Amino acid sequence: MGAKMFGARVSRLEDPRLLRGRGGYTDDFHLPDMLEAAFVRSPHSHAKINGIDVSAARAHPGVVAVYTAADLPAHLRDITVPFQVPNPAISQPFQQRLLEDREVCFAGEAIALVVAETRYIAEDAATLVEVDYDILPGAADAREVLEDGAPLAHADSPNNEGAKYTVGYGDVDAAFADAHLVHKETFWIHRGGGFAIENRAVVAEYDALRDMTTIWSATQSPFLVKQNVVDMLGWESDKVRVIAPDVGGGFGPKTVYYVEEALIPVIAKDLGRPVKWIEDRRENFLATNMERDQYWDMEIAVDADGRLRGVRGTMIHDTGAYMPWGIISPYISATTLPGPYVLPAYRLETRVALTNKVAVTPVRGAGRPQAVFAMERLMDRAADRLGLDRAEIRRRNLIRPEQMPYALGLIFRDGKPMTYDSGDYPKCQSEALRIADYDGFRARQAAAKAEGRHIGIGLANYVEGTGLGPFEGATVRVQPSGRICIYTGGGDSGQGHWTTLAQVCADKFGVGIDRIDVQKGDTAKIANGVGTFASRIAVNAGSSVHLASMEVREKAIKVAAHLLEAAEEDLDIEDGRVVVKGSDLSVGLAEIARAVQGMPGFSLPGGVEPGLEATHYFSPSQSSYCNGTAVVELEVDPETGHVELLNYAMAHDSGTLINPFVVDGQVQGAVAHGVGNALLEWMIYDDNANPVSANFAEYLLPSAPESPNVEVVHVESPTPINPLGVKGAGEGGTIPAAAAIVAAIEDALSDFNVSISGAPVTPGMIVEKVRSGR
Amino acid sequence: MSDRRTVSVTVNGKPYEREVETRLTLADFLRHELLLTGTHVGCEHGVCGACTILLDGQTARSCLMLAVQANGREIVTIEGIAPNDDELHPLQQAFQDNHGLQCGFCTPGMLTTLIEFLRDNPDPTEREVREAISGNLCRCTGYQGIVNAALDAAKRLQGQTGA
Repeated sequence: MGAKMFGARVSRLEDPRLLRGRGGYTDDFHLPDMLEAAFVRSPHSHAKINGIDVSAARAHPGVVAVYTAADLPAHLRDITVPFQVPNPAISQPFQQRLLEDREVCFAGEAIALVVAETRYIAEDAATLVEVDYDILPGAADAREVLEDGAPLAHADSPNNEGAKYTVGYGDVDAAFADAHLVHKETFWIHRGGGFAIENRAVVAEYDALRDMTTIWSATQSPFLVKQNVVDMLGWESDKVRVIAPDVGGGFGPKTVYYVEEALIPVIAKDLGRPVKWIEDRRENFLATNMERDQYWDMEIAVDADGRLRGVRGTMIHDTGAYMPWGIISPYISATTLPGPYVLPAYRLETRVALTNKVAVTPVRGAGRPQAVFAMERLMDRAADRLGLDRAEIRRRNLIRPEQMPYALGLIFRDGKPMTYDSGDYPKCQSEALRIADYDGFRARQAAAKAEGRHIGIGLANYVEGTGLGPFEGATVRVQPSGRICIYTGGGDSGQGHWTTLAQVCADKFGVGIDRIDVQKGDTAKIANGVGTFASRIAVNAGSSVHLASMEVREKAIKVAAHLLEAAEEDLDIEDGRVVVKGSDLSVGLAEIARAVQGMPGFSLPGGVEPGLEATHYFSPSQSSYCNGTAVVELEVDPETGHVELLNYAMAHDSGTLINPFVVDGQVQGAVAHGVGNALLEWMIYDDNANPVSANFAEYLLPSAPESPNVEVVHVESPTPINPLGVKGAGEGGTIPAAAAIVAAIEDALSDFNVSISGAPVTPGMIVEKVRSGR
Repeated sequence: MSDRRTVSVTVNGKPYEREVETRLTLADFLRHELLLTGTHVGCEHGVCGACTILLDGQTARSCLMLAVQANGREIVTIEGIAPNDDELHPLQQAFQDNHGLQCGFCTPGMLTTLIEFLRDNPDPTEREVREAISGNLCRCTGYQGIVNAALDAAKRLQGQTGA
């Protein structure tokens, strides 16, 4: 029997192919006779369209077709993107039409589609499309647009409130009534995007002989694309196949469904030729969903010893012009706030504001970084005002492991009561403080100060619901060659599913992962699937692979017992062979796989079903809650506002680890996203909500010199919610980053009386605050 | 507008000749004319670095160059880095061993940039590696795996040359 694969720090099966440049991303597909498409998009955040003239574009040499809404089949002209996740709190669930010809509500909204022999020609012709606009005032600032008389994001709507709801528990007002200390403050987190290096991309091909449409999309969720195509276009499910090939990063925005994923297949079918659309980076800034953008007016009440009594307030969430993913992000925000603390009473009213910006849907962290920012800053304020250490006030309030499972009193986005299943929050915090040498920091700070340097430390805790349902499935099949293949529905955009799912499977057969293949993200390979988002694949697909592998193993033993004329209890599986214990009798998986394919006219051995395979769809009873603590030490130059991250420590509990090597990579990458949100990423809009910073020269992402080497310590609290004990790991690094970094900046600038209530904190803001604090 | 010229280039040791529009970018030429799709396009304005290739041994952004500008020159892309089908280049092997890639989309530019860098700086510090790849964006790894891979590759390459 080989080395145990589950839990091993092994390198990835995916890598050699990608390192040789042999990946197959959507733009790498060159189908015979393929056309290319370019969009005409609104240059205005808000405008009425009086007319569209496509005659010059149509006449341009090399152009095959130009589509506006009027050129679409009649039944598709007014349909909108399906409303994915309804909620009674939503009063105005605006959704985007395939092509708009009446009122555009964000700069980047699709108006026309030019299809030509090459992308170059399509773009030439797109510039020839004349659109007659009446520019309307844009709804820009989420707070202002909720006031009376503000410009309307949609001209025909009564106001800009898309949804409103309150969550909470306990007697909040009583908690505040006799509190020792109450602190009130407004916090904000600015907009940020996923910005995968591969933009969105769609290729569609209609095969008239088979009446079959195949769609390749750079999506995290091929099954959701298929479901939406079927729902929107009225196509039969078995006439549509969606493939997520290699996908160059996702981070949330590639989870949801976009109009381009409906239009390109419609047009490929209409023209009878394959059509490719590759989003360019400017389109990505304009038309791919973003997140964050929230304003929190909050109050915290504590006792004299720092014990929490209650938190209450209101939050305004900027949802952009449309709500394809409903209120998932702000709802997650509202339910994330209590975090790892015993918080006796809580009430938050959320107002969701419609603005003339691209839609807001989850981006890595999904509403949680904002809530953690608000809560962790409140904890810092309470500590400072009581004269308590910021770590100590947290320690006094953390839920203790013996309180698990811990019922919070809220309902999560999955409709289930929020019950933290497992975790050791005090241990996570103390481990993070230990590896950060928190106790030694004040001496380091004093030494730095003696040299005229300003260093600071900040910490933040979080709890994150991961591994959401409804399900993800896996078929595990032993091929006639003896190699094992796993089929699963979610796409892989860099997570390493081949490696980690193979690790779940391998030990059941005593084989190395090099004998296992994974086929993912293809609706033709498994009957049902969902997608790769909400840190859910290890939990859902991983558990399915585990269950299916166990069933295949049992079946192999049953058939082998028949073939070897031995009792099942005398058999074991080693190195891909079923062996009779204590003898040299054995039969290989390949031979068993062939045996259960059957022989014409004969019964199957042992009366089993054909095929050495099994399929399982694991559906979790609720979310599994992971958690962690970030401790950041950094230096600020008060003259230039430059921030240098000196030490980034993170204790991370995502339950049992399948591959620590891969989880470390997920944490490192997720932290970098948080660094961008904390220090760099600023999407500038003018007063009418027109985007101003739609390129990588003006919108700054973290590059290598700004990104920290994160020291990660894993705390493993297996969840009882699934058979592997695993929780999600893809987003935890992002969630506490802005809170911890901003706290550390403030600490570094304690001589200057600086108080920071938002993120990102840019050098200009730091210089300004230092100047006014002096 | 559709001025066409003949372009002759050597890519990964193999000569190619094509007649192309003068406005065709080198990235699109490699990807869509020569079907060498390992070079990726991430921003088309020279910031992300995914399209970086080696042009006569020097890194260049193939999205900011025209194919005609490469006429008569020698190009190496990600497909030309490994010595053969069985072995990876030490830098590629270091990427696998240090988790230097996740989705693989920035990888072609990271590899070409680091090949040039390690050739000119065989024994770099971590800070120097970070500066060297500061013109290449990666959204998956947080860069640490890439930095570790580059430092590891430097050791392997030095061992290889007996230095």
